[in-house]
Amino acid sequence: MKLTEISQSVNEWFSGEGPLADVVISSRVRLARNLGGHKFLACCSAAEKSQILKKLKDVLMGLHLGEEVFYIGVDKTSALERRFLVERHLISQHHAFGKGPRGAVIARREFFTAMINEEDHLRLQILKGGCQLRACLEQINRIDDMVEQQVEYAFSPVFGYLTACPTNLGTGVRVSVMLHLPALKMTGHIEKFLNAAKALGLAVRGLFGEGTEASGDFYQLSNQITLGVSENDIVQRFEENVIPEIVEYEHAARKRLLSDQAGVLDDKISRALALLKNANLISSQEALFLLSHIRLGLNMHKHQGASTPAIERLCCLGGDGGDGGAKKEVSIATVNRLFMLTLPAHLQLNYGKELDSTHRDALRAQIIRSALNG
Amino acid sequence: MQCEICQNREATIHLTEISEGVRTETHLCEQCAHEQGVGVKSYIPLNELLSNLLSITPKDQASAEAGESELLCPHCGYTMDEFREKAVLGCPYDYEVFEKSLLPLIKKAHDGAKEHCGKVPSKMPKDSKRQIEIARLRRQLDEAVRAEDYELAAKLRDKLAKYE
Repeated sequence: MKLTEISQSVNEWFSGEGPLADVVISSRVRLARNLGGHKFLACCSAAEKSQILKKLKDVLMGLHLGEEVFYIGVDKTSALERRFLVERHLISQHHAFGKGPRGAVIARREFFTAMINEEDHLRLQILKGGCQLRACLEQINRIDDMVEQQVEYAFSPVFGYLTACPTNLGTGVRVSVMLHLPALKMTGHIEKFLNAAKALGLAVRGLFGEGTEASGDFYQLSNQITLGVSENDIVQRFEENVIPEIVEYEHAARKRLLSDQAGVLDDKISRALALLKNANLISSQEALFLLSHIRLGLNMHKHQGASTPAIERLCCLGGDGGDGGAKKEVSIATVNRLFMLTLPAHLQLNYGKELDSTHRDALRAQIIRSALNG
Repeated sequence: MQCEICQNREATIHLTEISEGVRTETHLCEQCAHEQGVGVKSYIPLNELLSNLLSITPKDQASAEAGESELLCPHCGYTMDEFREKAVLGCPYDYEVFEKSLLPLIKKAHDGAKEHCGKVPSKMPKDSKRQIEIARLRRQLDEAVRAEDYELAAKLRDKLAKYE
């Protein structure tokens, strides 16, 4: 399958749908597994890596997932395609820029990926929109059970699933949620959130996982402890304690913004809108930052009933065009679409060739202008 | 300590520069540090965390005490030094071969835990499943006692008795 078949649209988990989706953009559960009878990848020869890749590829492509899946030989694809897969959260940075024979089996609707020969022999992940960790865990467990029928995992009765890095030992489960926390940032409370997360033993990362900085008010929150606690307990803790508390803080910050700093909020949304509708060059960082403010305005209108002049303009963008036509509303889906399609590798893959940063910024600005100006 | 630039906010970033044998120290708040182009990471990647854990363990102390400093894994040829360097292990047997050296690190990374109590492959022998269930129940029992939930603790104790 050609990646351009998926590169022009937004994947399902980023559609803006799902429980608590105004704050929790997506949920992900990932399992780390290794095959018994093989060395970990740091000690594997290229021949052994190829053998593992073939074995796992055959197993995964043969699973009856009830969904169309496709395979990508990650080591055989271009750097641009690899960056695209990272932007889409289908593979990790580590997998994209690693070494040796490696691949990925991906569901056509992009909710499932199996990375083969990443840091471990196999990394299975399920992604869903909104807060749906329980559903992610159930689905990944079913797939894991199917794989396990055909291979033997490296497992110890004492340490559980044996992983290349001891930080993943035990369940091998990494549960993460991508959060949009613009109001906590604007009200100066984001450091409290970061510190509270650290105190709870959780890791906070940027939009594209390990090694990336938070940008556009997006944060990835994930568990660090994988041993001595069950998969269910980890998910339960996230769904019953961690996430509701963060969502409540963000909602409280949004209400505070509205009651105490409505002028500041209106100005931020107004500036974001003006720049996005008129700029000729926009960097990806700036686009994330500005679109984040638009997303906040739309969500506050929908969930908190917020109404400021800028939010009103947002909700009837394009007006009636002076010709009596129907009003055109900017939806969360439009904003999410712009978030994704204006990322550097998406832009270039859809344009058909690599572009320097100035050309990318011009193309990005053009796509955003045409979406917002109608 | 106050920030040396704004003289207002608290200095949370402390830079030490040694140039031509002269040591200078600068104390800045986060905002001024950012304006001066000093990058501050607000998160620690897992691998870095592990590297930190590895580096703060006196290099040979744990291994030497465990008698594993010179040990070579017979399955993959890996040594603890290689693990310290790469932060990943060579093969599943390393967990057995270097168990004494790895255990303190494992406990540190997993909040004191040293036993699995999650999912078990369905192909596992019944004995192993039993062992894991016992570990899980013991942990729950400890938690119930800590929380002074003695009713739950009694139920867990009875369940454990059936297994043991």
